[in-house]
Amino acid sequence: MEEKLVFSRPEALTDMPTHYCPGCHHGIIHRLVAEVIDELGVRENTVGVASVGCSILAYDYFNVDMVGALHGRAPAVATGVKRGRPDSVVFTYQGDGDLAAIGTAEIIHAAARGENFTVVFVNNAIYGMTGGQMAPTTLDGQRTQTSPAGRDPHLAGHPLRMSELIATLSGPSFVTRTAVNTPARINQTRKAIKKAFELQLAGRGLGFVEVLSTCPTNWGLGAVESGQWVDSHMIPYYPLGVFKED
Amino acid sequence: MSEKILLKGNEACAMGAILAGCRHYFGYPITPQTEIPEYFAKHMPEAGGVFLQAESEIAAISMVYGAAATGRRAMTSSSSPGISLKQETISTLSAGDLPCLIVNVARGGPGLGCIQGAQSDYFQSVKGGGHGDYRLLTLAPNSVQEMMDLTILGFELADKHRNPVLILSDGVVGQMMEPVSVPEPVTSFPEKPWAAVGAKGRPKNIINTLHLNAAVCEERNRELQAKYKRIADAELRYEEIDTQDADLVLVAYGISSRIALTVKNRARAEGLKVGVLRPITLWPFPTEALRRLAERVKGFLAIEQSAGQMVEDVRLAVEGRAPVAFHGRSGGVMIQLDDVEADVRKLLGR
Ligand SMILES: Cc1ncc(C[n+]2csc(CCOP(=O)(O)OP(=O)(O)O)c2C)c(N)n1
Ligand code: SF4
Repeated sequence: MEEKLVFSRPEALTDMPTHYCPGCHHGIIHRLVAEVIDELGVRENTVGVASVGCSILAYDYFNVDMVGALHGRAPAVATGVKRGRPDSVVFTYQGDGDLAAIGTAEIIHAAARGENFTVVFVNNAIYGMTGGQMAPTTLDGQRTQTSPAGRDPHLAGHPLRMSELIATLSGPSFVTRTAVNTPARINQTRKAIKKAFELQLAGRGLGFVEVLSTCPTNWGLGAVESGQWVDSHMIPYYPLGVFKED
Repeated sequence: MSEKILLKGNEACAMGAILAGCRHYFGYPITPQTEIPEYFAKHMPEAGGVFLQAESEIAAISMVYGAAATGRRAMTSSSSPGISLKQETISTLSAGDLPCLIVNVARGGPGLGCIQGAQSDYFQSVKGGGHGDYRLLTLAPNSVQEMMDLTILGFELADKHRNPVLILSDGVVGQMMEPVSVPEPVTSFPEKPWAAVGAKGRPKNIINTLHLNAAVCEERNRELQAKYKRIADAELRYEEIDTQDADLVLVAYGISSRIALTVKNRARAEGLKVGVLRPITLWPFPTEALRRLAERVKGFLAIEQSAGQMVEDVRLAVEGRAPVAFHGRSGGVMIQLDDVEADVRKLLGR
């Protein structure tokens, strides 16, 4: 009988085991980005910009040239990379603390300028890497290490909806929010990432893909419950959908 | 060499950068350096380069980091408060072996200070304005010609050693006009096989400064210290004028060295044996030269547009072998020739 290869590691991922916790969605999202890079045949022309957060070691996991940015600065670094090599395919991979707190200015202005790269924004409603502190995306009432009684909007304001905010700008070509907690959504997320990369290849400007993700470790939930929590808590506040499409 | 043309220091710096092959400039407006971004805004397009006004100094240096990571000659410029904002990335550029040029047309501080030229960013420049054990090769121009020449040299040295280079200028040198002879454009550039440009036909390149394992981080620090030693051994630059028979040596860099030279000339005309030592690199610092002089002179006078920063390095070099006096004005007030002359006479017992 002829053997048929039905599953393998994308070429755009290295074989290094990731350090992600069980049930964490970072690994799934890495794989989707890598699959898209393979499908488009741009691996040897891609430069990824890793950020500071749990995905900091992305520079080891993606099998493409990688630049590690400081906390929040990935969109500015990617601006320099893309302006330095306009023919390369550039993406940033950023968490919600990175993109929506310390790096708010950088993402807003890269988007406003319509910089021609792709942003993969992983929103897990918490600071994972530093051990579960409140993020700008932490939900009202959500308990974290720095909101032990639950996020209090009187003290901390309400969480930022970055996709909706970015979609108000004229620079981005595509703004969408997806999730990866069901097989169908994984497929939708792959399509969204692919679309953002294709728009970049067509020179159409910034593509922004927000992916709702999990942090079982700091949410204090199991892997399965975390996936359910995305449905029960995150999606009601962070609706999935396309917010801008040129 | 062409005929001389009249330029402002800031214009000479920007023009020098284009001659040096820099095609990527990222900056944010701040006085007294704004002629630099304005020059690039006008001239980068015709040079086929990128001028981008960033949303902040932090974003600007981050863009430089990105462009430098792709192997391009990239630069930013600012003035004191803006340079403070760039420090986290400057440390990271050095740690990541990324060559680039940073220009500080310094103004009076601390805080927002004033917009007049000053030299009170010496500590920040040479003692590690950012975090960690890193070093910044620091060049201090004292003329409009040097604003151009040291900018070109800065790009060469940055590439040679894979380290950021700082031009520490000040608002006076940046704003003053002098005739400049313009050199030919640089045409040969080093290969950068380490750059992140896409892993075509080779293993991937990574630009990274994180080392989670402390032992690995220490090993990386050893490599960095070896780089800094290579720079210190190879790139020391300074000028000694009339020091052979000097009783008193004036030590000054940048705009203060111009004052020191005038004071020295006037003193010599009166028969006073005064010389000048001008550091051109502030790091590395001419420690040995000062130590040699300390064996035979009666004393030193450090002159700075600050409350006294470089003078500490002069004292460290001299190690008590000779007295080191200080003359300075801070907050962007110019040093007065007559005041320095009075100090010189007093120190020489006249
Ligand atoms: C300038 C600076 N400030 C703070 C930190 C510490 N820090 C590292 S990761 C992180 C939060 C990351 O959270 P997020 O972006 O949400 O990513 P996640 O870890 O959740 O994937 C912080 C605050 C840092 N490295 N640098
Ligand atoms: S701490 Fe949270 S975000 Fe980080 S790897 Fe673990 S589960 Fe993922």
